[in-house]
This record gives sequence, C-alpha cells and structure tokens, in this order.
Amino acid sequence: MMNAILFLIILSLTFLVFFIPKSSKYYYTLFLLTGAIVLSSVWCFKVFSGNCQAFNIDLELPAFRNSLILTIDRLSAFFIVVINITVLVGFLYARGYLRPYYQNKNSLSFSIHFLSYLWLYLSMIMVVMIRDGLTFLIVWEIMALSSFLLVIFEAEDRTIMKTGISYLIQMHVGMFFLLIAFLLVGKVTGQMSFDALRIYFTTHSNFLLFILFFIGFGIKAGFIPLHTWLPEAHPAAPSHVSGVMSGVMIKMGIYGILRVLISVQNDLLLIGITILVISMISGILGVMMAIVQHDLKRLLAYHSIENIGIIGIGIGLGVIGLATNNTVLCLFGFSGGLLHVLNHSLFKSLLFFNAGSIYHAIHTRNIEQMGGLMKSMPYTAILFLIGSLAICGLPPFNGFISEYLIYLGMFKTLSVSNLFQSVIVLGTIVGLALIGGMAIFCFTKAFGIVFLGEPRSEKAKLAKEVSNDMIFPQYINIAFIVIIGLVSVLFVRPVFDIISRVFNLPDIALIAGTSVHNLTQISLLGGVFIITVVILLVYRHYHLKSLQISYGPTWGCGYSAGTSKQQYTATSYAYNYNHLAKPVLQTKKIMRDIMEDELFPDQRTFESHSDDIFKKLLIDKPVNWFSNLLKKIAVMQTGQIQHYILYAFVYMLLVFLLTYFNII
Amino acid sequence: MIGFILILVSAFSFPGIIVRTKSIASGRKGPGTLQPIKEIGILLKKGSVFSNTTGIIFQLAPVISLSCIVCALLVIPFANNAALISFEGDFVFFSYLLGLGKFFAIIAALDTGSSFEGMGANREAFFSMLVEPAFFILLATFAMFTGYTSFSDIFSHFFVTGNNYVLIYSIIGFYLFIQIAMVENSRLPVDDPKTHLELTMIHEVMILDNSGFDKALIHMGSYLKFSIYGALMYNVIVPAGWNIFLQIALFMAVQIIFAIIIGLIESFRARNKMNLNPKFILTISSIGWIAFVIILILTDKI
Repeated sequence: MMNAILFLIILSLTFLVFFIPKSSKYYYTLFLLTGAIVLSSVWCFKVFSGNCQAFNIDLELPAFRNSLILTIDRLSAFFIVVINITVLVGFLYARGYLRPYYQNKNSLSFSIHFLSYLWLYLSMIMVVMIRDGLTFLIVWEIMALSSFLLVIFEAEDRTIMKTGISYLIQMHVGMFFLLIAFLLVGKVTGQMSFDALRIYFTTHSNFLLFILFFIGFGIKAGFIPLHTWLPEAHPAAPSHVSGVMSGVMIKMGIYGILRVLISVQNDLLLIGITILVISMISGILGVMMAIVQHDLKRLLAYHSIENIGIIGIGIGLGVIGLATNNTVLCLFGFSGGLLHVLNHSLFKSLLFFNAGSIYHAIHTRNIEQMGGLMKSMPYTAILFLIGSLAICGLPPFNGFISEYLIYLGMFKTLSVSNLFQSVIVLGTIVGLALIGGMAIFCFTKAFGIVFLGEPRSEKAKLAKEVSNDMIFPQYINIAFIVIIGLVSVLFVRPVFDIISRVFNLPDIALIAGTSVHNLTQISLLGGVFIITVVILLVYRHYHLKSLQISYGPTWGCGYSAGTSKQQYTATSYAYNYNHLAKPVLQTKKIMRDIMEDELFPDQRTFESHSDDIFKKLLIDKPVNWFSNLLKKIAVMQTGQIQHYILYAFVYMLLVFLLTYFNII
Repeated sequence: MIGFILILVSAFSFPGIIVRTKSIASGRKGPGTLQPIKEIGILLKKGSVFSNTTGIIFQLAPVISLSCIVCALLVIPFANNAALISFEGDFVFFSYLLGLGKFFAIIAALDTGSSFEGMGANREAFFSMLVEPAFFILLATFAMFTGYTSFSDIFSHFFVTGNNYVLIYSIIGFYLFIQIAMVENSRLPVDDPKTHLELTMIHEVMILDNSGFDKALIHMGSYLKFSIYGALMYNVIVPAGWNIFLQIALFMAVQIIFAIIIGLIESFRARNKMNLNPKFILTISSIGWIAFVIILILTDKI
C-alpha cells in the first residue's frame, strides 16, 4: 500500500516541473528521479533477497479497472537495475551537457524535456513491471512519445524534427504489431495479458504469434532489418538522451522478447533458429555498417545494432538449448545475453556521453574533423578508450565476460550436439569471432582518428576538456565496467539464478560451480595481467630515467614537413575493408576524373558515401512508391467546387446502390 | 610450469634459427644464432626518441602488448602438465587477450599521426580481423572432438580417444596453426618483415617510430608469440602421454622445425600482392571448415 502511494505521488509530482523556476528545474527533476530510483531499487532488493517469485503492487486506479498492477519478478528486477544505473548517470551528465542551452532555450522547452525524461524513466520501469496487455501498450506508447519529445529537443533544426517524426512513425509500426498480437491472444483466451500467453500457446501456433511479437519488440530493439530508426534518431538526440535510449530503451525490446519466450511451449527450435539467424545478421551487418560511418554518434548507433545482435545470439542459443533439453547451452546462452544487456547499457551509454562531450568541445560529430583530442581532452579520451575496449569484448573488462559465457555455452555444446546443431553452433562461433574482429577494427579506427595524431581541423585544435560535472558521472559506469570485468562472479551468479528461475531450469548447481571456478580463474588472470602491466611500467619508468631521451618529429620517410592533412583519415582506414564489403555497403564515390587534355586541372572535390540498403529497400522505396501513387490520385483534386459536389453525389449513389442490392 | 619455461627458452633461439636458415639458404655466412637476442640487449641499453605528436598511448602500448602475450602464455599447456592457469574456455581468453595487445599496437601506430603507420595499422587490423574465425573454427573442432573446452584438457585428451584417423586431423591442425601463426606474426606470405619500403610493410611500418626500450619489448613480444604458436603445434602432433624427456626433446625439435620452415618460406617465396592477402587469409578459414567436416566424420556425426 505504502509503495503504491509513494509511486503515485512521484507520478503526480512530475507535472509540477512546469511551475518550477527555470534555474531549479534540473534539481527538482533530479530529486524526483532519485526518489523513483530509490523506491524501485528497494523493490528490486526485496525480490532479490526474498525467496518469493514475484510480488505485486496494486496501484488501485479506478480508471484502469484495477488492471494497473505492478508485478516484479527477478527478470523485471534485473531490468530495473539496468535502467536505474543508466538513467541516473545520464541525468547527472545532462547537468553539464545542457548548460549551453540555458541561454537560447525558454523555460517551457526545459520543462518538456525534463518531464519527458522523467516519464521515459517511469514508463520504462512500468514496461518491465506491467503484465496486463492493454496497460502495457499504454506505457509502451508513453515510452515512445516521451523519447520522441526528448529526441526533438533541438527541434529548431528541421532535419532533427524530420528524424523525430520518422522515429515516431516507426515506433508506431512496431506498436501495431504488438497490438495485433495482444488482440489475437485476447480473442482466444478472453484476456489480454502476458499471463494469458501461456494459455494461448498451449492450443495455437507458437511460431506465428511469436513472430508478431518479435517484429513489434524487434523494432524497438533494432534488429536488422527493423533497425532503420536507430541510426537516425540516436545522432539527432542530445547525448544524455542517446545514451539512455541506446543503453536501456532499446533493451525494452529484449525484455519483451524474453517475457514472451517464457510462455512459449512448442516450435522452440524454429523460434530459436529464427532469433539466432536474425541476430547474426544484425551483429555482422551492424558492425560492418558501423565501420564506414563518419558521424561518431551514428557509428555508435550502428554498434548498438551489433550488440543487440550479440544479445540476440545469446537468447537464440538459449532457446535452442530449451528446445533440445540442453541445460548448459540454455543457461549460458540466456545468461550471456542477459549479462550483455547490463554490460552494453554501461559501455554504450558511456561512449555516447563521451561523444556528447566531444560535440560539446568542438561542435561537430564528423570524425574526419577531429584528431589529437587525447592531448586537449585527456579524461574524455581515457573514458572513451575504456568504453571501446569493453565494447570490443576485450579482457579484463565487462564485455568479455558476457561474450565468454556465450562462447563457452557453444563450445560445451559442440561435443554433444548432432550434425544439424553442430553446424549451427559452429556458424555462430565464426560469426561471433568475426563480429569481435570487426569491432576491434571499428574502434581502433574510432579511437585512433578521434583522439590520436594531430588535430585535423581548426575546431579540433581549439578543443578544451569538458567540465568536471560531465566527467564525474561517467566514473560510475567505469567502476561497473571494471568490477564486472574483474570480479565477474558477483554478477554472473545472480544472472544464473534469474535465468534458472525464470525458465524453470533443473538443477544447475554443478554447472554454476564449475562456472564459478572458471570465472575466478579469469579474474586471477586479469589480475596477473594488470600486475604485469604495472610492474613493466614502473620498470620502464625508472629504466628510461637512466637513458637519454630525445624528442623529434614523426618519421616521415625523410620528408618531415607534413601537415595534419596528410594523416590517415577514417575513410582511408576503412578503404581496404570497404573494398571487401562492397556488395553489402554499396559505397558510392562522387568525383570527376581528370581528362587527358586537362593540362591544368582545376579544383576538385571527392565525396564517398554509403547508404543503408535496408533503409533504402524497406523505407525509402515503399514511401516513394506510395507518394507517387498519391500524386497520381491527386488529379482528382481540381479545386473546383462542382467536381467535389459530383464526388459526393457519386459516393451517395454508390452507397444507395450497394445498400439496395444488399451488398453492405 | 615446465611448459612456461620451455616456451621462454625456445623463444630465445627461435629468431636466430630463422635468420640462420635464411642466410644458409641464400648462401651467405650470416650472423650467429644468438644475434637477434644480442640485438635486444643492445636496444635495451639505448636511449629513445619519441615523436612530438605521440602521447601516453604510444608509451603504454609496448608494455601492454608484451603483458598480453606473457599472460596469454600462462594458459598454454605442455604435454600432460596442465597450464599454470587453466579453465574452461581459456582459449577464448587467449585469443581476446592477444586481441587486446593488437588493439594497443594499432592505436599506438595511429598515435604518431604518420600516414605510413596509419596504413600499417589499418592492414594489421584488417588482416587480424579476417584470421580470427580460423582460430575459432580450429578450436571449436578440438572441443568437438575431445569434448573438453580448455587448452590443457583438450591436448591431454587429444590422442586418448584411440581413433586411428586422428593423425589426419592433427596434421590439418598443425598446418592451420602454422598458417595462423604466419598471419598473426606478420611473416611471409602475408607480410615481409625484411622489406625495405614503408609502403609494402604491415607490421614493421607500425613500429617505425618505436626505439630503444619500447622496440626491445615489441621484439620480445613477437618472439614469444612465435614460440607460443610453436607450442600449440607441438601439442597437436605429439601425444601427451609420452615420456617427459622425450617430450622435451621433441618440443625443441618441433620449435626448430617450425623456425626452419619459416626461414625456408621466407627464402624461397615472395610476399603476396597486398590485395590478395584477404583471399589468402580467408582460405585458412575455409581449410578450417574442412577440419570441421573431418571431425564430423571422426565423431560419427555424418
């Protein structure tokens, strides 16, 4: 009862943000946000510490006919923890990020922004707690709307407004799939809720309904080819918002898929393979497209698709494990996927915050104009470096742990699986290895071009480190990244526990026992690694003191008057890769050749550009086709009143005739 | 422990044998076997020149790369002696740790702001990205064949299954490890370490600006990497149960043969054309798929 009242008080207090003076709006929002985070964390703690499966909080709002019940089980609690961390860090970061906007934005737009941020948070935690279908769709809609309002914070810019609208439309396409899916369930079972899914699945085709849900949730999560909103919306949004959207909001899709999977009863193998194949495609194509991006935030957005792919691979393997009664694969697959949800929320939001800091410092997102920022922005550089290492899945950071779990599940399965499964599992291993290699390629490029070398533009030369209040919140993420990487047992065990309870896995004590051994060995090796590095560095430091050290220009093959323009650029870094990936990326070059008779060539420009073929095929082409069709129909719009009266007359005649012959 | 020491010892002699083979094959008198090690000694005593463009990454990278290789070494077993640290899936750790070392080597090259080094960094990143799957396919077939998922367990159970056709498989494994080692260590036919033109280099061009102590660390790392791959090859072809002294002798023999093979390849063939390298590397993965089919047959799945 107490919980319900507190929660409702927070919900209603959010609207007061309009009446708070502009300068203290931020603190008011922070206060409410912290309140909600503490409250929901207490709920999570209750679930994790108690032995009960779930507990309910009835908000008792008459308008919802008592269907607004918050149910928190371990899966919800896990997602609430993920949401809480990123949303809080994002908001702390926003304080510094929003500062320049105070001069030219009015009080109202700040109110709307903060209100949307609060409601994005509240709707996300409600999404993971609500089981009733209709209420779920309402909060799902609130989530889409509030994130839309957050994306269009800088709506003066036409392109941002356009992106926002396109985002809103695509979210609603997903929404319709969910609506249809829930209506189907409601029609058969008489109630629209996640709990009713189980009843539906016992009697009806599991695969078809699952696919409906998968499309609906997949658009939010950003599986290829449902990802087209993602690389547009993330760059448009302010960085703290992109961090939250990429870090946690797209994970709501993953949550939805997991929630549906709990109830699925047959067709498991088919569903598992479908998820696996789509995730592999998302993972590989996501990182492939990320490599050729020049916009830092768009690059990160494509990496979100890749990471959603990795999470999906884990889930797909888990489902295949369920289908084949392979507890090991099931446990490791789902756990790896779920842990990667947490991991990705940590390093991806960190990277987006850093991208925001860079934008703050040099006012561009184009990485070709960056360079040499390591010297002017050392803290941001180190934070970005740790984020990059973690997202590549390199030890001793957290990304490695989740990828390791997925790998281990697959390797352990190989010896017991039949031919078909072996081929699938080996294909997935190859895919995951390729994704890992390409991620390293991509982030060496991103880090190297952005932070290293000489500044590539005047803007980059003038860069200054951002204020401390933008840097400090990110240490929270760093702390988690390092702790999960080094003391992984603390986090993997609860995840095992969640998965085994949620999916009713039989006794996992033995597997969990050996995993604890493995993970402690990883921690040990990580520790040894760090100690080796420290010893070598200290030795190097003292050793170099005794020697003669001199400084000079970089070796330029005898020519040392180079300018910063002669450095390797992001485009040239991706050149040979681009050559190999041509069929997928369709990179276009725009240039004029030098003619033979052109003795003194005039100034030329070169432009290379790669399109997202899925966006082209799935969005641009149909939209163009449809608008062309509508243009053709527009001949009816003559502007003469006589014609319109004629249309009305024809229409009435039609209705009359159809009724006369009993057709309608 | 014994494996750890053996790998360190063979790393000492490895580069010398390659150099010696090359000089004999080309009819030169050539330097002594210990010359590369002496060179490291000289480098350690020398001062350094740093580029003004470089920053902390450039200073950190050689140390981190070497530490990665040393720590990766800890999971390599020798015969029936388990590795110092062994756990399920340790080869994933092994591969990713080497990846971390490479990550730092690449960004250190980009730190100099030189277009030559950017080019080398790009090629290194590109080729090691392509070779990654081959290693994983090979290890997956090992795991599938033996039913174990750590280097130590896999190699101690490799020949225990009593399957007579395992030899075909171990030869393919040996061959694949050689090929992967060539790419990972940037040797012929993917990269020519002795080329004199920056434009045609891969690994060498990345370390153009390193000097003195840092360069010594980089060389040590690459010698160690060689003998790590030599140890893996050894484990694939020699049954783990044999007498320990015979094992040690054979281990050294395999390392020496590996070094001679590399020396011979480098004496008698030219480097691939740069844009043919991706195809060459992808071929290694394809051979990995053949190994997979062989294992399917060996484990009666086909």
